[in-house]
Amino acid sequence: MRTFLFALMVAVIAPIATVHAVEPNEILKDPALEARARVVGKELRCVVCQNQAIDDSNAELAGDMRVLVRDRIMAGDTNQQVIDYMVDRYGDYVLLDPPFKASTLVLWIGPAAIAGIGLIWVALFYRRRKTQTGETEFVTAGPQATPLSDEERKRLDDILKEDQ
Amino acid sequence: MNRFVYIIPLLVLLVLGGFSIVQLKNVGDGNSVNILPSVLINREVPPFDLEPIKGYERGFGSKDLMGQVTIVNLFGSWCVACQAEHPFLMTIKEQNLVPIYGLDWREKNPDAGPKWLAKYGNPYTLIGDDPKSVAAIAFGVTGAPESFIVDQKGVIRYKQIGPITPEVWDETLWPLIQQLREES
Repeated sequence: MRTFLFALMVAVIAPIATVHAVEPNEILKDPALEARARVVGKELRCVVCQNQAIDDSNAELAGDMRVLVRDRIMAGDTNQQVIDYMVDRYGDYVLLDPPFKASTLVLWIGPAAIAGIGLIWVALFYRRRKTQTGETEFVTAGPQATPLSDEERKRLDDILKEDQ
Repeated sequence: MNRFVYIIPLLVLLVLGGFSIVQLKNVGDGNSVNILPSVLINREVPPFDLEPIKGYERGFGSKDLMGQVTIVNLFGSWCVACQAEHPFLMTIKEQNLVPIYGLDWREKNPDAGPKWLAKYGNPYTLIGDDPKSVAAIAFGVTGAPESFIVDQKGVIRYKQIGPITPEVWDETLWPLIQQLREES
């Protein structure tokens, strides 16, 4: 049953994962220009679906953006000019890979900083625990522990005998 | 020091939780502008020139927006929120408050836009047909309805994401329009 479910899952998900949203009628005749359009299309975010490139999105607006990318490439724009055109209108948000600058600093540094704080915390925690264990050993088996006197040993034996 | 170490995770959690609550509250209050700030504010309207929709004589282009304060409103007959906003746009027109220019966005059927306007009324001074999102992308639009307030010099001064409600109008749009008129 589990195998069957897994197979079903793969059968359903696999085609979705590999589907390409670029429509046949959008594709440029010149393969070199089409290849450039694909490069640009992978860098631009579909602004209505948030976490997809326009090349992978079935949203209508993404389709119109793909056509616009191709129109501009046909008109002689470089890849960077096409991307700048979109950033000019939608801001850095339209880039799937946001640039490293003051306003995106938290985005880039944030996760590393939080991980760093976590590591320091863990390090402090273990250092503290190590010191504690050290102290315990010192008390029980340290060189300054005095052996029992004869009287103490006799009392201990008596107590043990009572229990039997 | 030792006790402080144990408080750190709790502090981090509280700070993260605080951010989440503030953001959620923003979204709840309808301040979706915070999610996607427009880069076009205080910049000139992007150049465009649109064909009229079917049955109308004139389309409209960026040049039509010069010389007066205007609202550019992006709508579509397929857009439910536009229908909700529409009666208030009619009120603005009837009271002659400010000219509204319409961008009819992504109509699959060229008859759909004109039919919709015939049914609910036409609040627009001029309407441009934008089936391929040319103007919509130029305006950095992500959904309908969106409205832009454009000043006399053709500079975009405000972007309203979502319907123009009477509250938004009274609190933000109308005071801004009056202020922009005084600027000239």
